[in-house]
Amino acid sequence: MTDNHVNSKRRRLLTIATSAVGAVGAVGLVVPFAGSLSPSEKAKAAGAPVNVDISKLENGQQITVEWRGKPVWIIKRSQEALDFLPEMTPSLVDPDSNADQQPEYARNEHRSIKNDVLVLVGICTHLGCSPKYRPELSTSTEGAFLCACHGSKFDLAGRVYSNVPAPKNLEVPPHMYLSDNEILIGSDEGAAS
Amino acid sequence: MSFNTWLNDRLPVGQAIKDHLTEYYAPKNFNFWYFFGALSLVVLILQIVTGILLAMNYKPDAELAFASVEYIMRDVWGGWFVRYMHSTGASFFFILIYLHMFRGLLYGSYKNPRELVWIFGMVIYIAMMATAFFGYLLPWGQMSFWGAQVIVNLFETLPIIGESLSQWIRGDYVISDITLNRFYAFHYLIPFILVGLVVLHILALHQVGSNNPDGVEIKKGPKGNQWSDTAPKDGVPFHPYYTVKDIMGLSVFLIFFFGVVFFMPEMGGYFLEQPNFEPANPLKTPEHIAPVWYFTPYYAILRAVPSLAGTQVWGVLGMGAAIAVFFFLPWLDRSPVKSVRYKGPSTRLFLIIFAITFLVLGWLGTLPPTVEYTAMSQFLSVVYFMFFFLMPCYSGTGDNKGLSGLILFIVSVLLYLGVLILWWAQTPDLALWIKTLYTVLGAGLLFYFGVKPGWIKADEIKVVPERVTG
Repeated sequence: MTDNHVNSKRRRLLTIATSAVGAVGAVGLVVPFAGSLSPSEKAKAAGAPVNVDISKLENGQQITVEWRGKPVWIIKRSQEALDFLPEMTPSLVDPDSNADQQPEYARNEHRSIKNDVLVLVGICTHLGCSPKYRPELSTSTEGAFLCACHGSKFDLAGRVYSNVPAPKNLEVPPHMYLSDNEILIGSDEGAAS
Repeated sequence: MSFNTWLNDRLPVGQAIKDHLTEYYAPKNFNFWYFFGALSLVVLILQIVTGILLAMNYKPDAELAFASVEYIMRDVWGGWFVRYMHSTGASFFFILIYLHMFRGLLYGSYKNPRELVWIFGMVIYIAMMATAFFGYLLPWGQMSFWGAQVIVNLFETLPIIGESLSQWIRGDYVISDITLNRFYAFHYLIPFILVGLVVLHILALHQVGSNNPDGVEIKKGPKGNQWSDTAPKDGVPFHPYYTVKDIMGLSVFLIFFFGVVFFMPEMGGYFLEQPNFEPANPLKTPEHIAPVWYFTPYYAILRAVPSLAGTQVWGVLGMGAAIAVFFFLPWLDRSPVKSVRYKGPSTRLFLIIFAITFLVLGWLGTLPPTVEYTAMSQFLSVVYFMFFFLMPCYSGTGDNKGLSGLILFIVSVLLYLGVLILWWAQTPDLALWIKTLYTVLGAGLLFYFGVKPGWIKADEIKVVPERVTG
């Protein structure tokens, strides 16, 4: 060590190289750390389809079942309520269900497979509260569903009103009829595609 | 060799005590508003101690959490006392911090050279809000569940990354056991980060010295007092002078604090909300949900913004901006003086309006949204932002607002025009007189504080004394 000459250029290169490799290592470490917070395999697997018997469902009634931890509503609508749906069109954001909030087979005026039986995910498209069903208002412009959290309103096909916080219609989950009175929620055996 | 010498040769304990207590010279004219920093520190420690005790009996499991809280309340010796201290402490912590922040606004404590003190303080405030939010899920009541549902869904409104981000936060597609478990971990962690931030807050403060109600820099004044020839003449040693004063303040504070703990721990549903006495039910939202009172001003701003172009992200951005704008305060205030005692009448007036606005927004955030309340929230949200955005105009002297001042003035005008369109074109249900009132008031604020015509003498500052008064 007799030579006191310091090659600062080389030192700078080595410092930069060491820092760069260290930074790559740190970023690499973030991947498993942050990844461990994402939904686990168990969480992904929980989501089996749910069987619902609707033989006892009367006009105007609502059944709530749990699917993937969310409330799913099955509501039977009277002919009177269905006839009222077209009248809502001017006050709605997306009356023709153009946004991707339902499988193809529910992209119709009543947003359902059978005209009278409505299947919806009961979660407001605004910030995820569960709106309240108001059957007595199903043939009025006040909104058959009201989200008490932030005042969003939906009609009896789950279509959102304009000038409310929620931007989209309520979601129709994939579902299919196993028989006349039995619905399977969460699976449509690829009917949507 | 004494133990003292042995220790101080290895760790500068004595020097630290001198630097921050016995030889830290604080201005002699501190008033009532200067209690709240020290009191906040006491409450932070109380929260950590009671929190650790609660953690020893609490179970972060969706099946067991609610029952374990009831177990603490009924079967653990003194458990109700520890828990009520913790839940009351959370609310009091925010009361103290809001008063502490208002003190900063009153006396310009954020201004040069204390910008960093203010910024650390804001980071502390955000860390507190995060801690409170994570903690509120833990009892696993209805309000815990749906409150967390709404707040996590705020992130879902962000474009592109929103959905995966909110799933990443929850660790699931819905708020679940997994979410509860990790929120518990965060709720335990962040308070210790808070302690670190408080250390930085105090170190940054002691580097530049404390402000005071006159906003006079005592370090720039004459030197020499009865303790030291080099210390500021208007300073007194923090210990024993302010430690003793703060202990007196603490005694009074604790009377109020334990009054609530013993006699009204729910505080009429504001400190502990009624729906939270019902276990979380993912299928049913309570009739009316509102966050705990300390979040409601921002919640009112969130609700005030309608969805636009098929997304609700604007309300979320508005809420974020309402918090973020505080960070820029040191640079928005162009006044040559610090304290409100010597600032122009317009600054004093707007500070009062802002304080009232913040309180009323907080009240509106607890109410169900009706057309009238929403319009009021919209008006007050605009006033809230005008307080900051017009500050370069009304706080400075003369007409020179600078380019940034002009841009912020235009932003204020655009915000005002935005709500005008909302009221006049899209809210037919709103009474005509309400629309007119808000329109006139908004225009008046823009004119008085933004345009600031010379004949109002809005920026006439008073002469600041050479040394602190009283």
